[in-house]
Parts: sequence; structure tokens; C-alpha cells
Amino acid sequence: MALPSYTETRYRIWHYIYIAICTFVFFFLIAPLFVIFPLSFNAEEFLVFSEGMKNLDPDAFSLRWYKDMIYGTKNPWGLAAKNSFIIAIFATIGSIILGTLAALGLSSRHMPYKGIIMATLISPMIVPLIISGVAIFFFMAKVGLAATHAGIVLAHIILGTPFVVITVTATLSGFDHSVTRAAASLGSNPVNTFMKVTLPLILPGVISGGLFAFVTSFDEVVVVLFLAGLENTTIPIQMWTGLREQLSPTILAVATCLIILSTLILISAELLRRRSERLRGINR
Amino acid sequence: MSSETKQILTTDGIPLEVSLKKAEKKNKIKAFLLVAPLLLFLIITYVFPIGEMFSRSIDDKMITNMLPKTFKEMEKWDGQELPPEEVFTAFYYDFKVLVEKQEHGKLGQRLNKEKNGFNSITKKLFRQVKRNKIDESISIKEQIMKVHKRWRDVEYWQAIKRTAPPYTMAKYLKGMDMYYAADGSITQVEEDRRIHRILWLRTLEIAFFVTLFCFLMGYPIAHLLATLPMKYSNLLMICVLLPFWTSLLVRTASWMILLQQQGVVNDFFVMIGLVADDNRPEMMYNKVGTYVAMTQILLPFMVLPLYSVMKTISPSLMRAGKSLGGTPFVAFWKVYFPLTIPGIGAGCLLVFILAIGYYITPALVGGASGTLISNQIAFHMKQTLDWSFASAMGLMLLSGVLVIYWIYNKLVGVDNIKLG
Repeated sequence: MALPSYTETRYRIWHYIYIAICTFVFFFLIAPLFVIFPLSFNAEEFLVFSEGMKNLDPDAFSLRWYKDMIYGTKNPWGLAAKNSFIIAIFATIGSIILGTLAALGLSSRHMPYKGIIMATLISPMIVPLIISGVAIFFFMAKVGLAATHAGIVLAHIILGTPFVVITVTATLSGFDHSVTRAAASLGSNPVNTFMKVTLPLILPGVISGGLFAFVTSFDEVVVVLFLAGLENTTIPIQMWTGLREQLSPTILAVATCLIILSTLILISAELLRRRSERLRGINR
Repeated sequence: MSSETKQILTTDGIPLEVSLKKAEKKNKIKAFLLVAPLLLFLIITYVFPIGEMFSRSIDDKMITNMLPKTFKEMEKWDGQELPPEEVFTAFYYDFKVLVEKQEHGKLGQRLNKEKNGFNSITKKLFRQVKRNKIDESISIKEQIMKVHKRWRDVEYWQAIKRTAPPYTMAKYLKGMDMYYAADGSITQVEEDRRIHRILWLRTLEIAFFVTLFCFLMGYPIAHLLATLPMKYSNLLMICVLLPFWTSLLVRTASWMILLQQQGVVNDFFVMIGLVADDNRPEMMYNKVGTYVAMTQILLPFMVLPLYSVMKTISPSLMRAGKSLGGTPFVAFWKVYFPLTIPGIGAGCLLVFILAIGYYITPALVGGASGTLISNQIAFHMKQTLDWSFASAMGLMLLSGVLVIYWIYNKLVGVDNIKLG
């Protein structure tokens, strides 16, 4: 963003103000995440930077909160992590299957009532979570699935499918339908065509939708708060209780792990997006 | 000519038109069958339960089922003076059934919501009935009236009559700080008890300002991201995407650490001499905390739609504007800005929709003055267990969101939502 040499002074000043504003906003977005890292290595119990930490004294840092997270007595994180992963994985699989099928149907030009159906399928993403939570709780309580893993998985499928529908329809919008016709003319049946031709081409979209569904489930707390019993506690539930009652540095250790996880997911999502664009022949 | 076209047949002898229509129909069914599993799943587990919330919110059948004989007799009563003997008798027999089922307490509580003072007089009546003090062979009306003076008050009988319909809008009125007065007219709650209206206004206010802040902060960086060369913008994009992918609770936790009284932000203010060390401002558990945290959390939802629109605007348009004699400001305002309006609309509507239903962050950093309507819904679901009121408030919020969703769908189209 180098300015041409003939720029007038006032635009030059304005340009630097603009850069300053942008720097501030980027800082505002990303900096809060980095407060968590150093504090999670705090040797003390308080959530403030101690004098020792400010002077970079090695004794002021320790791994005790990470040890507490893993080995702590009566600690809920092990069970919570197990539950979170089980629920998120099943919810992701469910969302991918239902969402991809629906996206295939919606992308067909023969689909009747496309607008209203699309709006319905996306609605769980738009309706405030608290309302979804109340409604899903009423349903699960009626069919006896409240406080079960199955109930939470179903609830997370509801919340996760919109993301899969959106990403897969976006991928299919650049899809060249003549390849499926070519496959059919060469004698392939529809299922075979889907598995061998369509699926490999839309796979990046499917996986990135799946990542969204996974993160949605893994991070979801409002609906789980209504549905979960003691056995179904998840990482977000434990963090929520921890943040409400007593902010302990163990939470920061967990939070650091979650940030690392989200960084990994971000990298895979970005790589997938680029691969998908390459496959669909979009050059930017 | 037309007769000739009609006679075109396919190889199996069916007119072409019919055959084409058949194929078209088959394709339609095929497409629909692919969508059907998800659609059915959502309708059963999601759309119907929301409908159930509605029937729950207006449901008042409990009392209708408790006093069937009374309400039948009351149909003949004009409601002006004390009801006739038959009503009292019917009420007595209904009440006796309730006492046997031990449900008289529920009746007292329900009637007490309609008019204060019912709880104690139903308890009094219960004791009389329990001890068989009421002689069924003489006038029951006289005996009930002797139990307590309020049973002689026509206003209490009018209150019972008002509960007769199996449906009520009372929960919705309560959500707007109104209620049915004794004569059945809709009345406002006294000024100092209008808590819900404050919450609605605060929710709108916070959603509006969070959207505004997100726009003011998101526009410049979306512009920067869209105009920088790819290799730099990809790097900066991480600053937008990493918070987007990070757990909401993690981000809220980091704001709780930053904004606490001994936190980094206050340390910084003390360091630059903005505030005194012994007079650190409270930045959390109030509106400030809610604004700051929600703006940061929702900012990516503003930046991403803006970015995807700005990316499509050719930089030569700005150059053309300048070469035609516009100053950079004029060129920006007359050329660039109007082209970004679709992105602004999409981003603002998305952020507003998300902000209006926010629950987690206000509950954690909002304190008493920073909580929103969602927190009230959760409170009634979990604490007071008044599920029908929670449903009513939820549906009031939902109707607002659906209006915005509808506008969003008209302007942007739900299938144009961009993720990442």
C-alpha cells in the first residue's frame, strides 16, 4: 500500500490514520486470544500477570494447571473431553450425510419450492440458540431422549446441517453437470456416478461443511445446558460452569488447548477451500 | 402446424409432450427425495417443537379441566352480582374432587396469579371441606360465603370466570408488562415494575450498537483485506478467521481476564495515567463488558460478507473516478461505497440477528445491567420453571428475528451466505 509520491499531504495523513485504525482493529480481534497463553503457565492461582511473570522470572511459570487438567483429582475434564469428542463426531457424520443429500437435491434445477425449503433448512442457524434450545428440549423430553448422548447428538445434527447445506450447495454451484451425464452415458448407475465422479469433486466442500458442523457441536453450550445431565457433561459445559462460579487457571489451560485445536481446524479449512477453488477452476 | 407438433411420438408411441412431462415429474420427485430426509428430520425435531412452544405459551387448559362444572354453570351468570346458588354448588363439587386428588394447592396458585388473595382463601376452604364441615343438604352458597369474606366479594368470582377459556394471551401480555384487569381490559403494569420492557429495549439497543460498532470497525479492515496483495491479505485474514473458529467460551474467558479490575486493560490505563491505580473502573459485569466482548466476537460475521463483496469491485473503478476529477474522498463516496452496500446489508443483518439472541456472553460478562432477553428466557426455563412464559417470550423474540430473516432473504438470499 505504498503511496504514490505525488500524494497530497492531507491524503497522506488520512492514509496513515486509516492504517492505524486497521492495525487497531486487527489487534482488537486477535490480541485477546494471546492473553490466555502466558496466563495458563502462571505458577500462581490468580488470573493476573504476577510481578515475576512481568520480569520473565522462570520460577513464575509452571505447568501445574496443565497437570491439574489431566491428573487433577475429581476433575471433570477427562469425561467432558471424551463426551465432547463422541458427540461431535457422531453429530458431524449425521450432519454430513443429511446435509449433503439435501444439498444435492437443492442444487437440482428440478427442485420444487426451492426458496422456502432452503429457508427452512438454514433456519436453525438463524433462530436464536436459546429458542432452539427450548424447542429441542421440549421434543427430547417428550420422546425420552433428554440427558442422553443420543439426544444431544440429534440436537447437534439440527444445528450442524445448515453449515453443510451451505458449503455443499456453494461447491455444487460451480459444478459442471455434464460430467455426470458423461458418466451415465458410459453406463454408470447413479450411485456409482455419485461415488466415483460427483463425490470426489465436491469432497472439499463436504469436508469443510463437516468441519463447521464439528466446531458447532464441539463449542455448543446453550442447547446442551438444557439437555445434558451429569453424565453428558461436555467441555463447553465445564467451561461455562467454571467461568460462572470460579475462574481457575485450569480453565485457561483448557482454553489454550482449544485455541490450538481451532488453529489446526482453521488451517485445514483454508487448505480445503483453496483445493476446492482449484478443482472448480476458480482462480483468484 | 400445431396439430403436427402434437403428433410427434416417442419410440414407444407416447406423445412427446406427455413423455417429457413424465420425465420432468420424475426428476422433481428425485430431487425432492434427496431433500426429504433432512426436511422430515427438521420438521419433526425442530419445526413442530417450535409450534409446541406456541401451544404451550397460550395453554390455560389446566384450570379449565379443574373446574368443569363451575364454568358450565357460570355460562348462565351475567358476572355483575354474586353468582347464584348453582355456581357455588358446582364450585363446591369441583373443589371436592380436587381435594381428593390433592390438587387444590395448584388451583390456589393458579387463581392467585389471576387475583391476589386466592391462595389463603382456597386453603381456608380446603380445611372446611377436609373436615366435612360443609353440609350438602343446606345452602352451600351461605356456607362458602362464611368461610372468608373474600368469598362474598364478587371480584373474586369474576376472576374465576376470566380463567374459563382454555387459551389465554396472558403470558404475552406479561412479556410486554401488561395484564388483564378485573373487568377484562388490558392494563399496563405500574411504571416501576415494567422490567420486561426495559429488557426488550436494552436488547434492541445493544444489538443495534454492536452492529454499528462491528460496521465501523469491520469496514476499514475488509477494505484493506480486499485491496492488499494476496500474500499479505492471506496472512491478515488469519486475524479474522482464527477468532471465528475459536470457541465462544474461550473468547469470552479472555475478555473476562482482560476486563477485570486487576486486568490487562486496567493495567494499561493506569500505566498511561488515564485512571488512578486505586480508582480502577469496573469494566465487566455491566454494559461496557457486553459491548466490547460482543463486538469482538461478532466482528468476523461483518468482515467476511463485506470482504466477499469488496473483492469483486474492480480497483480501476476508483482510478476512473479519480481521473474524471474526483478527489479520493469523492471517488470513494460516489463510486466505491454504493457498490459495497449489498455487503453492508448482509453483514449488518447477520450481526444484528446474531446479537439480538445472544445468551452466553451477556450472561458471563453482562452482570445485571448487561443481560438481554435471552437471559430472561433461560431464567424462566431453569429457575422459575414457568415454561409457558419462557415459550411466549421466546416466540416474541423469534417473530422479530424471522422478520429480519425474511428481509435478509429478500435482499441477500439465504443461499448467498458465505462461510469462511
